[in-house]
Amino acid sequence: MAALFSKENRQAFTEPLSLNNPVLVQVLGICSALAVTAKLEPAIVMGLSVTVITAFSNVIVSLIRKTIPNRIRIIIQLVVVAALVTIVSMILKAFAYDVSVQLSVYIGLIITNCILMGRLEAFAMTNGPWQSFLDGIGSGLGYAWILVVVGAVRELLGNGTLLGFNIIPEACYNAGYVNNGMMTMPAMSMIILGCIIWVHRAYTTKNTK
Amino acid sequence: MKLNTNSNVYTVVYAAVIVVVVAFLLAFVSTALKDRSDANVENDTKKQILASLGQRAIADADVQATWDKYIVADLVVDTAGNVVSEGTSKDQDGFRINRRDIKAENNALPVFVATVEGQTKYVLPLTGKGLWGPIWGYIAVDADGKTVFGAYFNHESETAGLGAEIKAEYFQAEFVGKQIEDATGEVALTVVKNGKVDDATTQCDGISGATLTGNGVAAMLSEGLRLYQPYLHKLNQ
Repeated sequence: MAALFSKENRQAFTEPLSLNNPVLVQVLGICSALAVTAKLEPAIVMGLSVTVITAFSNVIVSLIRKTIPNRIRIIIQLVVVAALVTIVSMILKAFAYDVSVQLSVYIGLIITNCILMGRLEAFAMTNGPWQSFLDGIGSGLGYAWILVVVGAVRELLGNGTLLGFNIIPEACYNAGYVNNGMMTMPAMSMIILGCIIWVHRAYTTKNTK
Repeated sequence: MKLNTNSNVYTVVYAAVIVVVVAFLLAFVSTALKDRSDANVENDTKKQILASLGQRAIADADVQATWDKYIVADLVVDTAGNVVSEGTSKDQDGFRINRRDIKAENNALPVFVATVEGQTKYVLPLTGKGLWGPIWGYIAVDADGKTVFGAYFNHESETAGLGAEIKAEYFQAEFVGKQIEDATGEVALTVVKNGKVDDATTQCDGISGATLTGNGVAAMLSEGLRLYQPYLHKLNQ
């Protein structure tokens, strides 16, 4: 049991959350961060689904890593990811239809998410299944929290709501407050993301010095 | 003996085996779950049709009961406006027509007849293209064949927060009470760019930032409703 949560294993899980964050440091998965963060809810859904898929595709690729021919390894990884995503979406369609309808928009975005390929190539190909599982969960959550922060800022300032509930009181609108339409535009997610990276860099470099 | 994983033979065999295994797996899961997911899709279609009649947020368990309560028949009409099939079964005739097959050349258009508070309504399915993928909708029309009673739109992959808002009730509510045709008898019900409504009897205000999806809805309305015009005119006589 102790071996399962050894220092290296814990590191595999915690590093992607901040120090080696897939979005902030490795700069992966930026395009989907742009596409799904206009509202908080799709950001959460996307974050969770990427976490699940990264974890399980990491495990599968890690299990078969020693058999994969080097020259076609990327194709094999892609097949594993695409098959996994398709099977999960079929299961959801049969047993949780509403969730699958919500997710259908993101299926394509999940398969092509660079975090998946990045983690498979950089981690799962050289590490054991359990470590790869932790790395997948960690990377997914590291991606998810960025999406949630960007989504929350954009929905709050752009629509005055969070998860569809009104947050900014009516009195503010009466006093002349106007929702910022710019926030619902894709470009703003890049600017917010830039601000997060800036704060994160400033904080981590100060700590490591 | 250690396998040489870099040899050509190994690579080709490996790729072939992986493809066969994955194909078998996908086919197996798909067949095993087909009945369940088909039933879900049917239930969801009924929900969407009922939404255009103003019956929204129905629990999954109550969909069939609500369907039986409001829907009278699922007709099939041709592009000349004649009723081809009476559809007394409610979900065997018009309901079985895939929305992708609603085209002039197929000459079979589904119409759902409903009774809401004693009034007869006709629900017309529409299908079109959004910015990123298919969009579709249902327009409920009053017995006069001219006035919109309600509308429902949905999409497969429009942008969340922008084009995806055609699914929102506030947008669909704009259609209530609009006229399908203008004075010249052409289909005029449409969606215009946000804030550019000139004629409030037929034009609906678009969603800010979703002009292209709005154009898709407008094209779907004009093309789809044109197919139903002969039938709607017959209703009016």
